[in-house]
Amino acid sequence: MSMTEIRWHGRGGQGAKTACLLLADAAFASGKYVQGFPEYGPERMGAPITAYNRISDTRCTIHSNIYTPDYVVVVDETLLKSVDVTAGLKETGAIIINSERSPAELRPLLNGYKGKVCTIDARKISEEALGRYFPNTPMLAAAVKVSGVVEPERFVADMRASFGHKFATKPQVIEGNMKALQTAMMEVKEG
Amino acid sequence: MSVRERLSGNEAIAHAMKQIDPDVFAAFPITPSTEIPQYFAQYVADGKVGTEFVTVESEHSSMSTCIGAEAAGARAITATSSCGLAYMYEVLYVAASMRLPIVMAVANRALTGPININNDHSDSMGARDAGWIQLYAENNQEAYDNYLQAMPIGEDESVRLPVMVCQDGFITSHAVENIELCEDAEVKGFVGEYHPENALVGHENPLAVGPYDTCPYYMEHKVQQAEAMKNAKARILKVASDFEKMTGRKYGFFEEYRMEDAEAAIVVIGSTAGTARAEVDILREQGKKVGMIKVRVFRPFPAEELAAALSHVKAVAVMDKSEGFAADGGPLFHEVRSACYDLPQRPMMIDVVFGLGGRDCATTDIERVYNRLFKMIETGEVGPVYNHMGQRDLREATV
Repeated sequence: MSMTEIRWHGRGGQGAKTACLLLADAAFASGKYVQGFPEYGPERMGAPITAYNRISDTRCTIHSNIYTPDYVVVVDETLLKSVDVTAGLKETGAIIINSERSPAELRPLLNGYKGKVCTIDARKISEEALGRYFPNTPMLAAAVKVSGVVEPERFVADMRASFGHKFATKPQVIEGNMKALQTAMMEVKEG
Repeated sequence: MSVRERLSGNEAIAHAMKQIDPDVFAAFPITPSTEIPQYFAQYVADGKVGTEFVTVESEHSSMSTCIGAEAAGARAITATSSCGLAYMYEVLYVAASMRLPIVMAVANRALTGPININNDHSDSMGARDAGWIQLYAENNQEAYDNYLQAMPIGEDESVRLPVMVCQDGFITSHAVENIELCEDAEVKGFVGEYHPENALVGHENPLAVGPYDTCPYYMEHKVQQAEAMKNAKARILKVASDFEKMTGRKYGFFEEYRMEDAEAAIVVIGSTAGTARAEVDILREQGKKVGMIKVRVFRPFPAEELAAALSHVKAVAVMDKSEGFAADGGPLFHEVRSACYDLPQRPMMIDVVFGLGGRDCATTDIERVYNRLFKMIETGEVGPVYNHMGQRDLREATV
């Protein structure tokens, strides 16, 4: 059974949980078995939060947190200082960080992690596409691109439908989110 | 025809409630079950259900509202967790002793002291003697399926008891997973309508409910209540059999996983059973004779059936996700061990209290429990019977 495990690190209010659930949606739409779940604690705006995805071809019955993820997504770069984001991360996998800096600049901050380091400037992409800072859509797109858990073209089509549903009452933001999604898939840097 | 979807456990419960379209929903929010009345309120606002949605000021009142509505002849539901369930304590007994088949969704959460919002089973285990049927789910699918079976079980004239449909707070209530849903018409056909023989209002033979019960009668009523709980066993199996015909999904009092020739077995409730199942598969590949029993029905307690299932096993670890403070083990352990007392050859048995207040339980933790059982089998010594697992502790770990 092949299973991909993804761990999300973000801060309360940035949408890491939403991105995690959207990834579960996208993987479900492509015919996979999915889990998308946040780790809850005393949450408040700005506090570190963790969310998880398991994506596989058969139903995964494990209901614990993820300790040896294939991929880690860091939605807030400042977490690198306070959270051991590469803990248990497989070296065959990758870490994807929201940062304007390059993978080479960030690698020294990652406790000697030897796998792939990817960066994406979600702030720039979001502000250009949406006029505001919503990092979750670009981070979701980067996670899909790097992990390959969903076929990219299928993902883009499914996300258009998903945004159409999610933003039924404010359709004006659909195009901006789609632009953020597509730009992020092109601009994610691997190093 | 089943509908493939992906929903969280709370969404799955709310969806089942919408399909059933009950007469009354008495709502008071508490984490992590809050989403259930939240989703349901949207169904009410959108006109998708005809339910009277009653927002109250406490859980004591939400249960009291259910009692009033159900006594009047309506079908009434609610949802709660943790301290909310504890706040209902008095009226839980009233619902059960009045024989009102209310159905309550519970997203299990630790009880306060210290305050904690995460999962364990101390809330519903604390209510285990209240006279409610208790069904527990491993995942969103089972939460949904148990909910659809709850009314046909509780409302049957041989039973007439309220039902708690429990799932693990956050772990499954907030986890989005794949699920197969029934069509609305299938659910309507399966659950049917509620027409009690007698009720407070709208009946030719109106019923008095809740009067004082004197010594010459009280005991008879309690014995009838106890008989009803015994009757629930046959009804639970009948409803499960009908449910299997509709969906193909099989349910019983408990699930036996790879137990045929198992020498070491874990007995557990809830989402941890899925984690244990994955570890059983790993250990089986290594040639270890391990199995797992997942208890779905805790009230009525399937004592004879569990004893039979464990009769050939050498060593058993009962995993309790609540600490009963009995000083000799948790509630599941006490009942499983008691059930095995009459076996001609009893397995060695230990209790492992784990996962309190959301302490995570991974496959590696399950492996530790099996390793303890292997050691017991190898040495023939039971060792410490009452164990805690996963805590930071200066004492030597026994599991």
